[in-house]
Amino acid sequence: MFTVPQDLEAEIDERITHYPVSKRSAVLPVLHHLQQHFGYLSEEAVEWTAAKLGLEPIKVLEVVTFYPGFRQEAPGKYHIRVCRTLSCAMAGSHELMDSLCEKAGIDRSGVTHHHPIAVSPDGKFSIEFAECLASCGFGPVCMVNDDFHEAVTDAEGLLKQYS
Amino acid sequence: MSEVKPDLVDVQIDGVWHRFPKGTRLIEACRQVGAEVPHYCYHPKLTSPGNCRMCLVETGMPPRSAPGAESPQPDESGHLPIVWMPRPVIACANTVAPNMGVRTTSPLAEECRKGVMEFLLANHPLDCPICDQVGECTLQEYSVEHGKGESRFREQKVKKPKNVAVGPRVRLDDERCIMCSRCIRFTDEIADDPVLGFTDRGSHTVLTVYPGRELANNYSLNTVDICPVGALTSNDFRFQMRVWFMRETDTIDVNCATGANITVFSRQNKIYRIVPRRNNDVNSDWMPDSHRLNFHWIDSEARLTEPMVKEHGRHRAATWSEALAKTAEKLASLSGSEIAVIASARMTNEELFLVRHLVRQLGATQIDIVPRMGEGDGYLISADRNPNTNGARLVLGLARPGDGLDRVRSEIEQGRIKAVLCFQENLVEDGGFSPELLGKLDFLLASYPLAHSTTGLADVVLPGACWAEKSGTMVNVTGRLQRLNKAVDGPGETREPWEILRDLIASLGGDSGVTSVAEIFRQIAAEVTEFKGLAWGQIGDLGLPLIETGETIPALEREKQRKAAGLIVG
Amino acid sequence: MGGITYQSGRAPHAKEHRVIFRNIDRAGWDTSIDTYRKEGGYEQLKKALGMERAAIIEEVKKSGLRGRGGAGFPCGVKWTFIPPNNTKPVYLICNGDESEPGTFKDRYILHQDPHQLIEGMAIACFAVGANLAYLYLREEFPEAARIVEKAIAEAHANGFLGKNIQGSGFDLEIYVHRGAGAYICGEETGLIESLEGKRPYPRIKPPFFPAAMGLYLCPTIVNNVETLCHVKHIIEMGGDEYAKTGTKNNTGTRILCVSGDVQKPGYFEVEVGKVTMGEVINDLCGGLRPGRKLRAVIPGGSSAKVLRADEIFTVGRGDDARKLTIWDIPMDFDTLAACGSMAGSGGVIVMDDSRSMSWVLNNLNNFYAHESCGQCTPCREGSLWMKKITDRLVAGKASPSDIDTLYGVAKNIDGRTICAFGEACSWPTESFVEKFRDELVADAKPSLESAIVNPETLTAAAGLCD
Repeated sequence: MFTVPQDLEAEIDERITHYPVSKRSAVLPVLHHLQQHFGYLSEEAVEWTAAKLGLEPIKVLEVVTFYPGFRQEAPGKYHIRVCRTLSCAMAGSHELMDSLCEKAGIDRSGVTHHHPIAVSPDGKFSIEFAECLASCGFGPVCMVNDDFHEAVTDAEGLLKQYS
Repeated sequence: MSEVKPDLVDVQIDGVWHRFPKGTRLIEACRQVGAEVPHYCYHPKLTSPGNCRMCLVETGMPPRSAPGAESPQPDESGHLPIVWMPRPVIACANTVAPNMGVRTTSPLAEECRKGVMEFLLANHPLDCPICDQVGECTLQEYSVEHGKGESRFREQKVKKPKNVAVGPRVRLDDERCIMCSRCIRFTDEIADDPVLGFTDRGSHTVLTVYPGRELANNYSLNTVDICPVGALTSNDFRFQMRVWFMRETDTIDVNCATGANITVFSRQNKIYRIVPRRNNDVNSDWMPDSHRLNFHWIDSEARLTEPMVKEHGRHRAATWSEALAKTAEKLASLSGSEIAVIASARMTNEELFLVRHLVRQLGATQIDIVPRMGEGDGYLISADRNPNTNGARLVLGLARPGDGLDRVRSEIEQGRIKAVLCFQENLVEDGGFSPELLGKLDFLLASYPLAHSTTGLADVVLPGACWAEKSGTMVNVTGRLQRLNKAVDGPGETREPWEILRDLIASLGGDSGVTSVAEIFRQIAAEVTEFKGLAWGQIGDLGLPLIETGETIPALEREKQRKAAGLIVG
Repeated sequence: MGGITYQSGRAPHAKEHRVIFRNIDRAGWDTSIDTYRKEGGYEQLKKALGMERAAIIEEVKKSGLRGRGGAGFPCGVKWTFIPPNNTKPVYLICNGDESEPGTFKDRYILHQDPHQLIEGMAIACFAVGANLAYLYLREEFPEAARIVEKAIAEAHANGFLGKNIQGSGFDLEIYVHRGAGAYICGEETGLIESLEGKRPYPRIKPPFFPAAMGLYLCPTIVNNVETLCHVKHIIEMGGDEYAKTGTKNNTGTRILCVSGDVQKPGYFEVEVGKVTMGEVINDLCGGLRPGRKLRAVIPGGSSAKVLRADEIFTVGRGDDARKLTIWDIPMDFDTLAACGSMAGSGGVIVMDDSRSMSWVLNNLNNFYAHESCGQCTPCREGSLWMKKITDRLVAGKASPSDIDTLYGVAKNIDGRTICAFGEACSWPTESFVEKFRDELVADAKPSLESAIVNPETLTAAAGLCD
């Protein structure tokens, strides 16, 4: 059952006021709030957003599927995004990905374009590659949920921070 | 410089100078002078996203002189030299500028097209042998004209959904889609039913209908028409017939008073599909699915294929002369006031004109049509579901069509009317005449394409051609005179209603003096005030305004607004 | 910078000229408005509110400030593109999408000195007559979003935002709008579509030049974070004085972000054109890694054309013509353009001789294929095609003629798309093939020339898959 808690809805309603010209502009913030709360954006979340903003659901789905920042599958408790763009790749982001997966027991063999996220068997960690996270001087860089980590060389140490 | 009207600008296209109104899109300017610029996403009735990049052309402007430098001198024609820009521009969204130059066939323009064609085909399945769009696919067409003939693409193609039912009448092959977004814009901008969209991104972008939703609105098949490739196909038409085998007949829709302009595609007397035909004064480029698909009954089992007469309560087949003689014999025994004629606003002006002649011949006083009012849909479907009510008004001189039916009914009830001649209508189903009431008549003649409840009761049944099997003119809801053109022959012994009427008049001892529809029109033009001075050949494929009715077509009104706002070319 | 101390190990290099980054990594500095105001914060806004709007724009024009987001367009000129007879609302959008690979400057302003940006935005809004502004922040800066929103609230509470700012009668609301991880949102019309809640498909120009038809089809000014910060300093210094920093036509300071194969990568604020590539690599960044030679530099974000270490560049015309090695290139807009590349977003990516150019190009192609919005044909189809070719190249499955195809594909994208992403994604391929052709060909296999590298392409051609 998909229910948006009252306080979350109140927060969302406040956000919508930031767009006095067009409620449609609030699509991204509403989706961010829902993803923050639910972990990912289900079909119900898409339809709730559409109803909230008076849009056709396809207009919301168009947006959700465009942005890699929105997930349509449940991530782990800690979602890791490893930057793979040039500077980080030169600094070893592929190696970092491998060791994070190894330490967290994540199997990325099933990862495809449409399913970019792999989750550890215990559901604690999930991981995906991300494009440039804008800290190119200090690679390899990754994010764990909202936390930013630069020059990550110790995968195990990083994961330990989240146990 | 040559003198230029303020609202006109000089533009050189492929080396020749022309003049166009300010604001003309380059693609339309080029088209007007015969330089067709290939394109996929551009559609004059939709906004222009400029996404296909097929219409890239080379352009140039007069040189900008540096401050203090000598300004450039015009040539003998009074035009400044053109400095060509290295970067091509899209012809669909850019407008003409004074003294601009456009090259639609320069090496740069050709190179751009070749490049875009190669890109569009890179991930295209190239399944032309089994694609329904073959023969009218712009990918194919432009491949011939602008393609490279071979592909450098050695990669795996992107896999996408195939054979998706996006709605009850439309099917989608995403691998064939070139993402021109015409269908999405149509559903957003014209049909007000935004259920289509793009999901995912980049090369993985797919056209999608929202899960659980359908492209089910009554204009859905227009997306198939405007899809430039085989991505959207019609369930009704797909795999039925290759387009190049079919004959095209330009005619009009008869499902309502709008009279949408259409093209009927047929082969060997069978209609395979109907598509809307552009008429900016009638239906723009669109038509409702309900109207477009209402043709399968034409070759159904229920068609009447020969005249019938009733003997001992049963119908038997008869020859035309036998059926007409029986009718004449019956009518001769009745006075004019005992005969009612009920015609149809589905009949052409020419047919109605002969009905008028017949009424005079019989001295009948009761003449009317069966009105067919419904709700307008706010787009193209008129509340009046008869295609030629205005024609009936003008030709039959009916002030309020349908108002006389009550009187006919009561006079039948009272026994004052003893015979009814019914043309192209169903009195029981549509006219409010009960079988019991019609049973009181001494004589009932029914002419119709199909066997129905009224023909079942008739003493004489005459198989009349349907709209697709006959020619003539009609007057639509806005008062526009339009031509109906025969696309196929009627089955069996079917005759066109005008022929039936002509022969009936003759068998009653009269002479209509006509041998063709065009000739009837000439008589109408001579006798009916509103038609005065008109000639058959003058009407043309798009019709012409005949009378002012004060009525408008909602979809067209919105189109005018969008055009005025500069959103579309129109 | 007298009296300023920086956190240990984070002091600016002597060749830096800190203006925008004055407070970055500063000891004792925090993001509160009190700290900001202690050093004259919001005084320039007050000063601006007392000026004529046209006078502010004139100062910005005189300053010669060029956009720091990538295109380097003169900021003051951009502001004057708002139609003079405009009656619609005007909007200002600060582009904080910072997504050009190699660029990581805005993040520090947003995280450490948010009020500097808010003040710059407020001055710009006043100048162009905008009462509503959005700061479009990339999704990957969640912390920055919180910091800036807190700063906005503080500015409100102190009367620097909201109604009747400082009694001037000028109203302004600034809201933070978070993106969701799309490079294309850095393109100003894509950003606007995103802000309108749509897929960020860039708009065609004409007719949709933002200054005339931007957000909600109203005049909209879109400026980069760093650019707007400069506005504050231009008001403080005056346009003429500001123009004295940097070099002619390349005024002011800019932040260079250096990543890749140098000893000390990082961010450096320098006067535009006053520092050479050699100084950047050897002085600011402490040189290459031991025993390594310079192979290539991408000087202005990943879409800038690569420069080969041994190239000789000819810049200037006629009598001013001179030859430069890569080390001599002054880091300014015009010289880098003359060298066939661009200053772009200031992201300098250094590659030494340990790098495979095929691998580097493949990484970039992967990025652009991932980030292509897919709206227009050449970029949608071409970006993934280029990636697939270089995928094969690095996997040893490409033939030499594939390199020609790769180059041809890039050429067919370049200049033919709706937005500058077309160039962004084709320039790496064009420049790498032009400059490192031998190396790429060496990674290809002539034996694969006529081989079927994807059997699937044949079955697809047979087409029996409906």
